[in-house]
Amino acid sequence: MTNHLSALSSTFYPWLIVLIGCLSAFHVSAGGKFIGTSGVTQVEGSAGGGLVPWATITGYATRDEQSSTAFGSYVKVDDFTMFSYGAAHGYKDRVELSFARQDFKVKDSGDTFSQNVFGMKVRVTGDLIYSPWPQVSLGVQHKRNLNSKDIDALGARNSHGTDYYLAATKAWLDGPFHRNFVVNTIVRYSKANQLGLLGFGGDKDDDYQWLFESSVGLFLNRQWVVGAEYRQKPNNLSAIEEDDWIDSFVAYFPSKSISITAAALDLGSIGGLKDQKGGYLSLQAAF
Amino acid sequence: MNGHWKHILIKLSVALTVCIGLYGCQSVESKPDSSLYFALGEREGIQKIVDVFIFEIGENEEIIHHFEDTDIDRFREKQIEHVCVLTGGPCEYTGDDMIETHRGMNITEAEFNSLTNSLIKALDTVGVSVSDRNRLISIIAPMRGEVIYQ
Repeated sequence: MTNHLSALSSTFYPWLIVLIGCLSAFHVSAGGKFIGTSGVTQVEGSAGGGLVPWATITGYATRDEQSSTAFGSYVKVDDFTMFSYGAAHGYKDRVELSFARQDFKVKDSGDTFSQNVFGMKVRVTGDLIYSPWPQVSLGVQHKRNLNSKDIDALGARNSHGTDYYLAATKAWLDGPFHRNFVVNTIVRYSKANQLGLLGFGGDKDDDYQWLFESSVGLFLNRQWVVGAEYRQKPNNLSAIEEDDWIDSFVAYFPSKSISITAAALDLGSIGGLKDQKGGYLSLQAAF
Repeated sequence: MNGHWKHILIKLSVALTVCIGLYGCQSVESKPDSSLYFALGEREGIQKIVDVFIFEIGENEEIIHHFEDTDIDRFREKQIEHVCVLTGGPCEYTGDDMIETHRGMNITEAEFNSLTNSLIKALDTVGVSVSDRNRLISIIAPMRGEVIYQ
């Protein structure tokens, strides 16, 4: 039964994404925000950078508009790959609903760990550019891992879990070098091991923890952004160590409809294999 | 990533948070600085920018309807004065204040951004550098509250 369900869901989700994409193409316009200002889509499906969410609502919708985005991201480090894809909808610059699917693959064995991430973000206060204070949002990411037996064996306590985060993001139009400059910090309350791909909680630590994440981005011009991210990680499993993540990225916005992001990643130890470095490539379409 | 770097990054994250929290990152520039006025090419340069800006507005279907009853000559004159004053030039702005000017127009957030995009296009066309463009837009942006949804 479970197998049937997961087979159904893996057939169903790509179509769901296409459907959301089509619906949004017919029902809403691109949106009136400035190019690049909602960020891209991070690996868990929320509007943000590559690894870290921002406080922004996905797409370019202002308070009078709605917009949708779809994304696909590919991560390749020394011993693992991950393909992540999904869609999100932004409602009147207030609420973001998102879905992402992550397929994480061990290169040598071919073992795959998958999970679905259902996200919601609500803008509490502020405007990225125009308010003197940062844009502040509250978000949740509910994650359901589809490989409960494998992650039990690793010492994880649960196959599903929910992350809660508070994000603050501020852009300065006339920042360093007279360039638009974005600073983003979030605190996340989580017990997810490697995003949840290796389960939630562990034999070493089964408590929720507060984790720091932050990113900076400099708009070289309206189309090109360079920056870096940092994401603190928990360390819940005694058998396999988990390290904090860092990356440096470049994002290109040829138009409001599409963006391309490339990053160099240093993800430290994953699944017992140390020093995982590699690259990240992501494509986002906005409707 | 080794412990040393991790330590530095955590400190950096905390510093960034405090920085955002205090809103302390924004540089407080003293306003009567006319370097931007000169960078834009003084009165002549600003006239050229405003002329191209008016052309760009004419091409912008999202906002052109707001200008149906506008006296373009007066609009041009007041725009030049306004940009001149805002960039520290030796001019006087003789137009109405922003709230008065936009009353009853119900300009949306998207339309304000669209107008700003027209200005950015004009600045690009005239050849204003990215730096000077950002300086000008950052001076204009805070007026948004007095322009939209009036």
